[in-house]
Amino acid sequence: MAELYIFFEQIYKILFLLIPVLVSVAMIVWLDRRVWAFVQKRRGPNVVGPFGLFQTLADALKYIFKEIIIPASSNKVIFILAPIVTMTLALIAWAVIPFSETFVLADINVGILYLFAVSSLGVYGIIMGGWASNSKYPFLGAIRSAAQMVSYEVSIGVIIINVLLCVGSLNLSDIVLAQEDLWFVIPLFPMFIIFFISALAETNRPPFDLPEAEAELVAGYQTEYSGMMYAMFWLGEYANILLMCAMGSILFLGGWLSPIDLFPFNIIPAPMWLILKILFLFILFALIKAIVPRYRYDQLMKLGWKIFLPFSLIYVVLTASFLMYFNLLPGS
Amino acid sequence: MSLIRIFKTVFMIDFITGLIMAIKEIFKPKKTINYPFEKGSISPRARGEHALRRYPNGEERCIACKLCEAVCPAQAITIESSEREDGSRKTTRYDIDMLKCIYCGLCEQSCPVDAIVQGPNFEFATETREELYYNKEKLLENGDRWENILAANINADSSHR
Repeated sequence: MAELYIFFEQIYKILFLLIPVLVSVAMIVWLDRRVWAFVQKRRGPNVVGPFGLFQTLADALKYIFKEIIIPASSNKVIFILAPIVTMTLALIAWAVIPFSETFVLADINVGILYLFAVSSLGVYGIIMGGWASNSKYPFLGAIRSAAQMVSYEVSIGVIIINVLLCVGSLNLSDIVLAQEDLWFVIPLFPMFIIFFISALAETNRPPFDLPEAEAELVAGYQTEYSGMMYAMFWLGEYANILLMCAMGSILFLGGWLSPIDLFPFNIIPAPMWLILKILFLFILFALIKAIVPRYRYDQLMKLGWKIFLPFSLIYVVLTASFLMYFNLLPGS
Repeated sequence: MSLIRIFKTVFMIDFITGLIMAIKEIFKPKKTINYPFEKGSISPRARGEHALRRYPNGEERCIACKLCEAVCPAQAITIESSEREDGSRKTTRYDIDMLKCIYCGLCEQSCPVDAIVQGPNFEFATETREELYYNKEKLLENGDRWENILAANINADSSHR
């Protein structure tokens, strides 16, 4: 009986996390389109619901009623599995995100490693989708996407090492608590910028949206997908973007901590601060989509391997030497 | 690369300038309109849906000269005529196939009595093809409905004819 109780408690907790995440993914798609439109002096979606807030729900409803077309020469099992993998991987990573000191689904000791591993696995969904379609554009898109995500994952990994050197723990809650006096965005500002740009590349956002460069590859790995399966790719992509924003705010912007411990700021509940920080980063994502032209593929690779990777490696050495010299290493 | 260029690249000056510009653009007035609820202004010369006009006393203007039928490049207009009891020539049939029509405005230009005109209405989409085969009744009804605007438009444009 006790096991059953724990089981249902966990299910309840998961739903309590998952449903808000899915709803906010829908809202974030609307926000993205709206910010993009505003920069271009358009109005954006403003018809469905207040300010067009339910536009994504209407779109999702439309996708559900569309026919799912499976190409005759595709590998059907992998073709169907690909969007499921993308969506699932984008959602399970949320398990370790701490919304406040107590509100975290799985407070595991290697939280950041788990997050990094799951976001790296995300490339499989895209590769599977591109390969199983058995069509040239999805295949080229998937190859590009895989190369791009793997390249930028390396520099993200090195950037995370920078943060871990300052914290001395892989637990996400510890990482946030270590920033109580000083957010890491201040001492590690160049790393924050590089993390942000790498996050853009990691989630295939403009200016690094080469895998779905519509002028060359129709829609990249999504070309053969339709109906609900396309919508799942799409939701998975936005859940990933949101996840990268959450990761950025936990690693550099002090997670759920309020900027200063003064009256008007410290009455706002902790999860609210995390949400505000995620929103801030996401609005930056959306603005960048509106202002930056797409990179060429060799420029993208050059940026990743020749600039970001050496620079973040040098910064690791700098951070480590600084901490050693001034005896600031955590746990010493 | 010059030193200034390196400085600009490292500190992303161009990018930040662009970002500030984008944020400024957000608060500027929108260039688009909320279409079904607001509509843009339409020129008096706009070539929209056709209409057959009447004289103020209710008499049809059309004298069945068939100039519009002759000039129509898409051959969308079909006219049949006969003599009425009072001796005047009037149309018995005046059909426009709105699907063939290319909205060139030649019929309006050729008409000696300003009978066939193209009004400002462009929102006459229908659910079936058949509804777009306009006959005389439909065209006269359009004329009656839009008469005020049509007369004002012809008046506004008259100095250019």
